[in-house]
Amino acid sequence: MDLSSLTRASDTEWRIEPHGRMRVPGILYGTEALVRDMDEKVYQQVVNVATLPGIVRASYAMPDAHWGYGFPIGGVAAFDADHGGVVSAGGVGFDISCGVRLLSTGLHVEDIEPVKKRLADELSRSVPAGVGSVGRLHLDDPEMDAMLAGGARWAVDRGYGTAADLDRIEEHGCMHGARPEIVSGHAKRRQCDEMGTLGSGNHYLEVQRVAKIVDAACAAAFHLHEGDAVVSIHCGSRGLGHQIGTEFLKEMALAAPGYGLDLPDKELASAPIESPLGQNYLGAMRAAINCALANRQIITELVRRAFARILPRAALALLYDVSHNTCKVELHEVDGRQRRLFVHRKGATRAFGPGHPDLPEAFAAVGQPVLIGGTMGTASYVLVGTGQSLGRSWGSSCHGAGRSMSRHQALKQWNGRQVINELAARGILIRSPSTRGVAEEAPGAYKDVTAVVDAADRAGLSRTVARLEPLACIKG
Amino acid sequence: MAAPVVARNTWEHFAHGADIGVRGVGPTKADAFVQAALALTGVITSPAAVRPITAIQIACDAPSDDVLLADWLNALIYEMATRRMLFGAFIVSIDGSHLTATAWGEPVDPVRHEPAVEIKGATYTALAVAPLDDDHWLAQCVVDV
Repeated sequence: MDLSSLTRASDTEWRIEPHGRMRVPGILYGTEALVRDMDEKVYQQVVNVATLPGIVRASYAMPDAHWGYGFPIGGVAAFDADHGGVVSAGGVGFDISCGVRLLSTGLHVEDIEPVKKRLADELSRSVPAGVGSVGRLHLDDPEMDAMLAGGARWAVDRGYGTAADLDRIEEHGCMHGARPEIVSGHAKRRQCDEMGTLGSGNHYLEVQRVAKIVDAACAAAFHLHEGDAVVSIHCGSRGLGHQIGTEFLKEMALAAPGYGLDLPDKELASAPIESPLGQNYLGAMRAAINCALANRQIITELVRRAFARILPRAALALLYDVSHNTCKVELHEVDGRQRRLFVHRKGATRAFGPGHPDLPEAFAAVGQPVLIGGTMGTASYVLVGTGQSLGRSWGSSCHGAGRSMSRHQALKQWNGRQVINELAARGILIRSPSTRGVAEEAPGAYKDVTAVVDAADRAGLSRTVARLEPLACIKG
Repeated sequence: MAAPVVARNTWEHFAHGADIGVRGVGPTKADAFVQAALALTGVITSPAAVRPITAIQIACDAPSDDVLLADWLNALIYEMATRRMLFGAFIVSIDGSHLTATAWGEPVDPVRHEPAVEIKGATYTALAVAPLDDDHWLAQCVVDV
């Protein structure tokens, strides 16, 4: 990105002054190096989002922002229904509520190493992954609707996990306001055999070790210790979310002129929050959030059972579950007044700080865990929400490394088998049905996740707690 | 005298930051849609590796050519996802805003196809259906994977 088009507000904050049809400024968070490396399209997409009606305060980009669909991936924007605000299917994206959860295992890395190969094989057998895979559950229509209304709570009621898990999930495991009756037959058909599946692409299930504690007090509150073995699960709302995104993208794009919306990019497909279409989308999107929460909950139970077969001493407890692609109604203070805002986070993590009323008691004093996925060859991070982030980004932070190279380029540069062998030589086991998929996901195709996390920390969006490194990774 | 134009049917992928673009070129709009569909399959596996065992019918309507392309690709994505199939051969007919098509394929075979990634949806990013200078048509968009 051309830095001359930006005003530098601080070491890690860059402004796009309002111009043209922009209603608010654009604000990008990142170090000079990260912002310079961002695609020019990120600039244009931040500007485009700033033109949408009812946007409040600013159009934000997180340090891992990259070229997305309408919104940049790593984009955050809030809209006020009382000021003509919109909800955007493009702003949430296709993989609604894609997210990450982190489980402690009660085990040390030394417990894992002797059985790592068996454990990787067992996890790979236990959790369906990749193109064409199906789950062990088939949902008929009533069960589908119950799942879409109940989220992770539905899964727990059916024996996937425990009630204690629910308090460690955003929305306590169940997104209210879901309207299963709005979700199309196509979306339900696409999902009926996909519960408890990982998907493909950048989704993964990873056994990791806590490699470094950065914030000892916070790590203690999260029960993380150096050398602990943990498990990360990264996936979303599967086919149901993809289909809802597809259908509402079209409906909103075609309906926009009728609502008087002159969209600078068709992909910014939006509708007024209070319109029937806006309300329908919110009901369907919330159902997709529940689908993602249920899916990660089922996978969690499959992982627990797999661990029990290999390491009976393991006790997998959910630390937290965060979603990346959502629009949520939140109360935020704006100019001294509480306002009810529809906060879009596209490839961004909610990062509420200490004392926020939406947090479970366990995190009230420290802030919520912010889980940042890395690549299968580098690292992931646990961060914690800060008090300042509410004022800086509606309580949001980065979500991952972000690609530095297209899949197309990655495929030209790496051979999947070679990537697997190189990682094995470093002690990282990969299990994937597709070597081509592994090549496209090669660690070198991603930005430096540590630089992204450091920038989020320096910008006050979240604070680094611990670094996690992979031991074994199951890819789709 | 200008050299005669040689009809070409080609597909390719183009780079997108996080995902991948599919592009088809053909002597007619319908041919370009066929090539874009081959590019779609090419995101997952080599279209040549997909055996044309089963045929399915697809129909869609849209108010513009570009939305029709997105609808066509999204219909294929839906069929791939729900039938757990891949498609490697297509016939497309376009009459105004209406598309009808036959797609031939087979169930996904993880060993033989070694599918790289599933496709979430065809997006409106870099979406274009347009005539080219040489009596050919272009059909393209980015797909989210």
